[in-house]
Amino acid sequence: MSLLEARSVTKKFGGILALDAVSLSVEAQEIVGLVGPNGAGKTTLFNCLLGMLRPEGGSITFDGTELTRLATYRRARLGIGRTFQRVELFAGLSVREHLLVAERVRGGGGGLWQDLLGRGGPRPAEIRRADEVLALLGIGDVALQPVEALTLGQSRLVEIGRALIGDPRLLLLDEPSSGLDATETAALGTVLTDVRRERGTAILLVEHDLAMVRNVCERLYVLDFGALLAQGACADVLRDERVITAYLGVSG
Amino acid sequence: MRDVVNSLINGFPDGCIYALVATGLVLGYRASGVFNFAFGAQAFTSATVFYVLVIDHGWPRLPAALVAIVGCGVVLGLVLDRFIFRLLRTAPPLAKLVTTIGLLVGIPEIVRVLFGTDVKNRPPSIAPDPDKVFHFGEYNINGDTMMTVVTTLVVIGVLSFVLLRTPIGLRMRAVVESPRMAQLNGLNADRVATGAWVLSSVLAGLAGVLLAPLNSQVDANAFTLLLVAATAAAVFGGLSSLPLTLAGGVILGVSKDLIVRVFHIDGEPARYIRPSVPFIFLALSLLLLPGLRRRREVTDPLSGVDPPPPALAVTYMDPRLAKLNKVLFAVFIGVVFTLVQFSLSGHFVQEATKGLALTTIFLSVTVLTGLGGQISLCQASFAGLGAFTAGQLAAHWGVPIFVGMLAGALVAAALGALIAIPCLRLGGLSLALGTLAFALMIENTLFQTAWLTGAPQGVEVPRPVFLGIDFGQDRPFFFFTFVVFAICGIVVIRIRRGTTGQVLAALRGSEVAATAIGINPVRAKLTAFTVSAAIAGLGGALFAAAQNAPVTDKDFPAVYGLVWVLLVCSLGARTVDGAVNAGMSFILFPVVLEDVLRLDSNLVLPLQFALFGFGAITFARHQEGIVEFQKRMSIEKFNARIVKWRGPAKSALVEPAVVEPAPAAR
Repeated sequence: MSLLEARSVTKKFGGILALDAVSLSVEAQEIVGLVGPNGAGKTTLFNCLLGMLRPEGGSITFDGTELTRLATYRRARLGIGRTFQRVELFAGLSVREHLLVAERVRGGGGGLWQDLLGRGGPRPAEIRRADEVLALLGIGDVALQPVEALTLGQSRLVEIGRALIGDPRLLLLDEPSSGLDATETAALGTVLTDVRRERGTAILLVEHDLAMVRNVCERLYVLDFGALLAQGACADVLRDERVITAYLGVSG
Repeated sequence: MRDVVNSLINGFPDGCIYALVATGLVLGYRASGVFNFAFGAQAFTSATVFYVLVIDHGWPRLPAALVAIVGCGVVLGLVLDRFIFRLLRTAPPLAKLVTTIGLLVGIPEIVRVLFGTDVKNRPPSIAPDPDKVFHFGEYNINGDTMMTVVTTLVVIGVLSFVLLRTPIGLRMRAVVESPRMAQLNGLNADRVATGAWVLSSVLAGLAGVLLAPLNSQVDANAFTLLLVAATAAAVFGGLSSLPLTLAGGVILGVSKDLIVRVFHIDGEPARYIRPSVPFIFLALSLLLLPGLRRRREVTDPLSGVDPPPPALAVTYMDPRLAKLNKVLFAVFIGVVFTLVQFSLSGHFVQEATKGLALTTIFLSVTVLTGLGGQISLCQASFAGLGAFTAGQLAAHWGVPIFVGMLAGALVAAALGALIAIPCLRLGGLSLALGTLAFALMIENTLFQTAWLTGAPQGVEVPRPVFLGIDFGQDRPFFFFTFVVFAICGIVVIRIRRGTTGQVLAALRGSEVAATAIGINPVRAKLTAFTVSAAIAGLGGALFAAAQNAPVTDKDFPAVYGLVWVLLVCSLGARTVDGAVNAGMSFILFPVVLEDVLRLDSNLVLPLQFALFGFGAITFARHQEGIVEFQKRMSIEKFNARIVKWRGPAKSALVEPAVVEPAPAAR
């Protein structure tokens, strides 16, 4: 059984069919790409997977659990992490605090009473775990910086770190390389394969940078006008005629 | 059947009034994305000017009406747009709320200072012949009412046409969606918004002059009450559709009359039910109609173009400065205690005690607004509830006052949770509106009942005898109050540093990202709201015990709840010292105005509230609070000075000494 299984997910915005019976699956420890032109419904699909939008039809299961009626935060606690196309950080918290709050929430621990007894602060073990993740991502040196001071590349890594510290089994990444230069993008690709190797995290990657997609993804889905256009092994899909016309464009 | 027709005839004009005000609200909201809490205050201004011109100066009605409606409306609209609303358009939601609530409090007070604080009885009507009666079969309508109905229908008709069918309307709608995008398409967004605000302002003036004769006097509170009722109509129209807004207004007006008639409620209960109807209607509209909820998702795709002014995100305090600070703080507390015990006059000690009790109430704002990023306008109701609960338990059941105070906190917390559950799902504006409606309802119903408030003479809240010590005298009671305040302060600090505070900070930063890491937003905000209500209840009981006289409903009017929030926000909502500053200013200001500046005692309260109200305008720029802002600046300065004097601190990486979350940079 697949780790994530979405069956004919359908989402409408008024009269517009944003997702037309899209089915997709991700196996454990697999890196899967999801590409398509802007407006194809990639982010909408992410929002449906995590429950930020309610699809009109279809079903989504994660590791055998039916997600359709669960609130976003419950899906997150089951072990799905995500990042955002437009970076969403907690302004005012430092880089390390971003990870600490995620770690604390995942543990479910630390209610109001713990706070009132003065036991609400971060514990050494939690700080160690956070710093491990920051080191894995290569941003250990900015741990104490406020996030407002970071570059866009660092901010994207903080988002990934915040999702990773919960030890998710599946990571949904929404265009992590947008706004990064070539060097930063290459480094990000390495980070993703490292993450999978060291933590066994499966990744569903929405991405426009096809070099990166080729490098890290095993399988690929192509979405166009809300419907699946092609799927299969990465190299095969990128050679597909229909994909080339709809998305890649015909050169020369 | 007769009842229904009678209710229609009686309620329809009322409904038209709600609709007229609601239309003005919708217009302003559509022009700038700002929900204008000050609309009622603007209406009050025009009504007062009209009154003064006609009654005091003997002007004929027509020129007086022109000056009051058009003159006042245009000037006020231009001034507010230029200096406030234009700056707010891209401000965070919390800043919009705080600023317009500031205007709601400040404008009427300035009007009182300018045009006299005396009661303005029997406001004149602008109808050409107000007493002429129109006969419709067996039903009668007077000229005044007729004027209101006709004006409303004409205004709504014309505005609907302009918004939906003309290029001007199209431009206005574009500016609401994204001012920046509209500008990139060659539209002068500022000018469009200015036009809409002037129009909305004139509508406010019209509403004010039309409505004033319905009450026995020109009264700012009546206009605030009207604003809340009209909001229900505006929400019914989804804050965008004018015909639906009209329908909402009429339904509200008619049902208010119908409920009382159909259930044959009269006398005492009717007095309580009438003011409750708008609140219940608003609560139901907020819950059942998706209008506001959808609004929340509308964000300007180019909002990043206007980033909020930079704030010092985290203040690092040099460890040596931190140590010095601790020593100086201990010395300061020691000096204060010594002065209280041995030197200060009894009157001064009592005022200081009231200030501390008030500070305790203000800590509730620190929790909810500073940490939770939410606005509640009914903290005065919670404080009052705490005070009355403690007092009644002591008076009737002989419950020790210390236990009574805790019971008061619990009752406030329970009620707070009950209010918050429906409103919290919907976000900031709904919570502010819902709590304002709730506060007005409590003021007009629950706080008028003898079994709770002992109305009219009030109820005594005794001072405690605890562990064999009698805290009855002013000086011992000061120390008792200080200990309760200190405990609440520690609670606030621990919450801020603990999981709850970090979770709330995450929600303030980005709600969508916070849920994506597994945070349950409703639960976190509910926690903040409940804790906040409990602290307000405890502080209210403390305040009642501090004032050495029976506590009445006059001690906790709804408008205090507004002023408190404004004051705490503009001085510093994130920290305990922000609350202390606010508490002491609230108590000391009248003393300064009256005893030092020798002002007329009638002017003291209006001036104080006007200042606190307009002070909230600074919030859009300094969301950490002006005092907090100054404090951070001086910490930076002292850090630099210490480093210059003694060299850099030993450890290269300095942990933040003050973990102050910066304002959400959205």
